[in-house]
Amino acid sequence: MGIPGRPELKAHEFEQLLHMLHHVYGYDFSGYSKSSLLRRIHKFMDEKQLADGSRLIKLLAGDVAVFNGFLETITVNVTEMFRDPVFYKSLREKVLPVLATYPQINIWHAGCSTGEEVFSLCILLFEAGLLHRTRIYATDINAANLEKARTGVLPMHHMREYTVNYRQTGAMNDFSDYYTALYDHVLINKEIRERVVFLQHNLVTDRSFNEFQLVICRNVMIYFNKQLQNKVLRLFYESLSSLGFLGLGMKESLLFSDHKSKFTMVDPAVKIFRKKH
Amino acid sequence: MINLKETKYDIILIGGSAGSIPVCVSLLKALKKDHTVPVALIIHRMRNVVSELDKLLTKETGIKKISEPEDKQPIGSGKVYLAPQNYHLLFEEDGCFSLDYSDAVHYSRPSIDVSFESAALLYGKKVLAILLSGANADGAKGLSILAELGAECWVQDPATAEYPAMPAAAITISEKIKIFMEDEMKQRLREL
Repeated sequence: MGIPGRPELKAHEFEQLLHMLHHVYGYDFSGYSKSSLLRRIHKFMDEKQLADGSRLIKLLAGDVAVFNGFLETITVNVTEMFRDPVFYKSLREKVLPVLATYPQINIWHAGCSTGEEVFSLCILLFEAGLLHRTRIYATDINAANLEKARTGVLPMHHMREYTVNYRQTGAMNDFSDYYTALYDHVLINKEIRERVVFLQHNLVTDRSFNEFQLVICRNVMIYFNKQLQNKVLRLFYESLSSLGFLGLGMKESLLFSDHKSKFTMVDPAVKIFRKKH
Repeated sequence: MINLKETKYDIILIGGSAGSIPVCVSLLKALKKDHTVPVALIIHRMRNVVSELDKLLTKETGIKKISEPEDKQPIGSGKVYLAPQNYHLLFEEDGCFSLDYSDAVHYSRPSIDVSFESAALLYGKKVLAILLSGANADGAKGLSILAELGAECWVQDPATAEYPAMPAAAITISEKIKIFMEDEMKQRLREL
């Protein structure tokens, strides 16, 4: 696992590292996709100028603050509002009309990062007249992400791109109706956010906590290997009500999982599935 | 299962950005119809707009199907894949692709560096990597890492590239990278 000019993490050091993280901090990364996990561990070692794996393990084992920084690097927090506008357009057209038939709607947004995609979903629900009777449980492994998400504050410099994304979803209003600009940041309106509960939840170790008509988990399972993906898909399956919907990332598939026969495809182009029965 | 046929390369990687698509098409057409080595194309594209580059490449090259892999899709022998829009493309030990949505590298996702470095970790020298025209330096570092490991690394001659920055950046890092005109690359691909 060495490449020239890069910090080296030998195979046995990688195993030791995972073991230590599990036993000292309770985080189990053994089911993560190796290629992508290694890439981010190397990135952390680069930043901390650690030449080899033994130093990395020693540093992490003895210092919670360093571990928290490590967790930030290891768990990917990149997100944007209305990422893949076609996904949101399909939600608007194919899923929300079905959800509208329920008196009360429960949604789980798993791996919500700093909340951008949750607020996007809330805007769609608001425009469909459903937000007031919906409860959205937005969860993430990373407490720092959730703290940010709870503030409803986003950096201003992405808003132009988000506006373009929003328009492509079949927008009904001006995007700027949904936020207040504060110098270089924006605050998403409280009425958009007030139906969301942000909770810490680890998909690897924690169980289901409710029954939902819609579960959204986009670009989170790509960081897991096939075995862990199967485990998490089972968790989602068990958390969905009969005929509930599951929304994944554009290149995430049930095709390579054990669960493909338990769902029907609602929109193959954007990876929206529906639980059978 | 034991693979009796010894192949020189586990994978062929082609990276490119602005000005690379016509060259990429011509290189793909030079591959033998029955080539067995999988090919992954990492080409910079716009995000959040519908792109039909996979269909365009399929049509232009006449190759059966050039597809964007889904996460954890097995890497098929002789297949040609295009890195999906807005994801980094990585390679896993069990012979499948992994996708990654972490930060853009050189303002790019997919990033050529990310794919090249992932291939370097997994396949070592059993890679043929080609870097084509482009206006930034993505791919240069990854290609030089592969070259230093002993992989076969080519760049499109910057003098003939529509945007020379990308291949030019690579050859300033490593002297083990070979510089070829389009026709020379085609000739070598035909002989694979």
